[in-house]
Amino acid sequence: MTYEFLQHYWCFIVSLLGAILVFLLFVQGANSVARSLGYTDEGQRLIYNSTGRKWEFTFTTLVTFGGAFFASFPLFYSTSFGGAYWLWMLILFTFVLQAVSYEFQNKIGNFLGPRTFQFFLTLNGILGPLLLGGAVATFFEGSNFIIEKGNLVNAPISSDFQSAVSPVISQWANASHGLDALLNPWVLVLGFAVMFLARTLGILYVMNNVADEDIRSRGSKRLVGSAIPFLILFVAYLVHLLLKDGYAVDPVTAKIYMEPYKYLHNFLDMWYLLIILLIGVVLVLFGIGKTVLSKNYVKGIWPAGIGTVLTVLSLLLCSAWNNTAYYPSTADLQSSLTLQNSCSSEFTLRTMFYVSFLVPFVLAYIIYCWRKIDAKKLTKEELQNDHAY
Amino acid sequence: MLQNLFLNIDAGMIDWSRAQFALTAIYHWLFVPLTLGLAVIMGIAETCYYRTKKRFWKDVAKFWQKLFGINFAMGVATGIILEFEFGTNWSNYSWFVGDIFGAPLAIEGILAFFMESTFVAVMFFGWKKVSPGFHLASTWLTGLGATISAWWILVANAWMQYPVGCEFNPDTMRHEMVDFMAVAFSPFAIDKFCHTVISSWIIGAAFVVAVSCWYLLKKREQHLAVESIKIAVVVGLIASLGAAATGHKSAQSVGEVQPMKLAAMEALYNGGTDQGLTAIAWINPFKQPDYANEAEAPLKIDMPYALSFMATNDIHGYVPGINDILNGYTRSDGTQEPSIEEKMERGRVAIAALATYREGVKDGSPEEVLRPYMAMLQENMKYFGYGYLRDKSEAVPYIPVNFWSFRIMVGLGCLFILFFGVLTLMAFDIPVISIIARRLLATIGVIPETQADKGDITALPAWHYWAAIIMLPLAYIASESGWLVAEFGRQPWTIQDMLPTWAAVSNLNAGSVMLTFILFLILFTTMLAVEICILLKQIKKGPQS
Repeated sequence: MTYEFLQHYWCFIVSLLGAILVFLLFVQGANSVARSLGYTDEGQRLIYNSTGRKWEFTFTTLVTFGGAFFASFPLFYSTSFGGAYWLWMLILFTFVLQAVSYEFQNKIGNFLGPRTFQFFLTLNGILGPLLLGGAVATFFEGSNFIIEKGNLVNAPISSDFQSAVSPVISQWANASHGLDALLNPWVLVLGFAVMFLARTLGILYVMNNVADEDIRSRGSKRLVGSAIPFLILFVAYLVHLLLKDGYAVDPVTAKIYMEPYKYLHNFLDMWYLLIILLIGVVLVLFGIGKTVLSKNYVKGIWPAGIGTVLTVLSLLLCSAWNNTAYYPSTADLQSSLTLQNSCSSEFTLRTMFYVSFLVPFVLAYIIYCWRKIDAKKLTKEELQNDHAY
Repeated sequence: MLQNLFLNIDAGMIDWSRAQFALTAIYHWLFVPLTLGLAVIMGIAETCYYRTKKRFWKDVAKFWQKLFGINFAMGVATGIILEFEFGTNWSNYSWFVGDIFGAPLAIEGILAFFMESTFVAVMFFGWKKVSPGFHLASTWLTGLGATISAWWILVANAWMQYPVGCEFNPDTMRHEMVDFMAVAFSPFAIDKFCHTVISSWIIGAAFVVAVSCWYLLKKREQHLAVESIKIAVVVGLIASLGAAATGHKSAQSVGEVQPMKLAAMEALYNGGTDQGLTAIAWINPFKQPDYANEAEAPLKIDMPYALSFMATNDIHGYVPGINDILNGYTRSDGTQEPSIEEKMERGRVAIAALATYREGVKDGSPEEVLRPYMAMLQENMKYFGYGYLRDKSEAVPYIPVNFWSFRIMVGLGCLFILFFGVLTLMAFDIPVISIIARRLLATIGVIPETQADKGDITALPAWHYWAAIIMLPLAYIASESGWLVAEFGRQPWTIQDMLPTWAAVSNLNAGSVMLTFILFLILFTTMLAVEICILLKQIKKGPQS
């Protein structure tokens, strides 16, 4: 087990967590359309209770994604979170609002009223996927940062007041601290694509999880309105990605340089990722298409969900494997983060490699419990007679 | 050259970053201990239901679970911010020690958060969907998940107080883990975990007793209240005794690895052997005392030998004071601890050697040229962090917060032993002991004469119930005080002796961090107000709601 293998392995684990996170954004997607999909107060409550049984998974996956990134690629953690401050703070802010909204919205004593918390859920439902999608886009589009590890020692030994440098290793090269990413139209394209994907998955999930004919019938119609913009934006971004110059790393010198059609080359070099991408896209299309065309088909969330995981996984791996800088710097090319220059030590990666053996066990009990809870679909009667938000 | 140290970092930004982290941690710690404590009590209640099959116990379990759920969401919400703030506000820290610090956070996510979030859903929504045994297991696993989460985050925190199992790598400019077991099972972490989790059970117990006493005051839900009190007092008594025992062990650890923190907790300016534990002294809460020129704190009354015993397990043990640490002292094993100024000098030598080494590597200098710098670095690496200090006074934490927080924590901890001890004797008929205790309490007028011979806690004077209700905020004050001691006492370090706060930050401006601080303050405070309001209404409605 070489250091290089461990770097690629942990890139895979983090990418898998990221891919599962994008799938689980169906919670946000469903909340963002709860008003039109639920239509009545009772219908909306059904949707909030349906996603309310899964929100913890999305939240936990986000936290674990962050933790795994921290453990395996700490330089990304310090550079992206410390640099793109406002982007991440906005994301976190909306997730905090979401976390309390389920429990608080319909409880007596909620002096802010249920509408306030429903607004929070909608806000998180729109901004969460949009900003997370935008953050993912920066893996391909680049961010405005500079890394100089010497700052930590150069600063305290500087004798000249005026020329003293900041001791911070990772510096953002502009004052907007991450919001500048949203000025890049391609970041917005992928951001909105993820937002509409989350809506599509959310509608598919609710149609599967809630046993209510009105909601299911409205779902079929709303699905088209979300799936079409998603597909247009996604295809546009995919074409852009395959045609754009990418950030390549010379494996011998570790120098980073621009390579035309880098991501296209990556997919051709790593043909297995291309196959995974294609299978993923087909599954997403199948899940959406069959749900739209077949009146009684409500299991579209499963093919579309698996397809989403495969598609996102292949895209994230394409951004990092095959000698690619996965977090490129537009301010200083050589500051770009690669698997090699940003990862943890071999000892830590190996230790965490053994820890990762727990993941299948964790997945097994999650699937078991999920099936137990969802064995009977959610109904209005259950909201009357059982624990409900 | 080394005399004019200057870091081009906005001091306001450091303060705002510290304030933001403190705000988040303080709020987070309002919700987590109740989660940990209530998990034990609702688990016991549901176990009673599983064993007896009585509907009553199911109602008891569901009632406490409902209150647990309202509190749980806020714990989750504030927790996510804490994790990401290591990156957003402490960027240098994240790289400098991320190789070690990230692992416990990742394991916490994989091992604990998923367990918690999966089984909490089964606990709330699974009453009619899974078997009673599986449901009971889910309830306990929810609590276990929260406890495992506490383990790993406290491992991470303990490592910041007592960094072990790592080596500095000059090529990557960071500390790297070399011994996972030393990090995961550091004695400091074990002490911290035991003390923190056990003291959290006190909050859970105090909460259940307070709610139950409110019902007794209102003469409603008396059966639920009495049975809940019985569970809570047992948990509370074990926890408060356990907190005292583990607190003693924690104090010893602090004495060994963070002597400055212990000296600040005690306002011990000049140490020595046979040191007494300060019972009370006048320390102005708003001003750093003149420790350099005062022999001891004004109006000091101490318990003879107690500090030496607490810190060293020997009533004659040597405990260094703040001035001893600043000026250097001889340890009890005869070795010499350097003065802070010497440590600062050696820290600067280490930093300069590292800078020269890195320049040399960049220029392609041969190994024999670099070797002396490496040797110089290794020789002085232990004091690396001191190289960032500008004055030796920066090594002294803010004494008033440490001194008073420690006293509040210990004082209230003793009060809780008394409180749960008395309540146990009142709630249970322990042969002979309960009768004697109640007679004694009746004699001194604490309970009415009519209650002396029977263990009926439903007919006590109203002030008893109010006193029990007041104990709840006191439990929170004690718990938060403990964290103030732990974190203020570590200052100026983010990682003890390795990295001071001003070298650990992100490159942000004070305005940005101030704005997010204010946003979080408004958000958390509003949500806390909503939560308290909902909890009060839910308690008022009672278990039948």
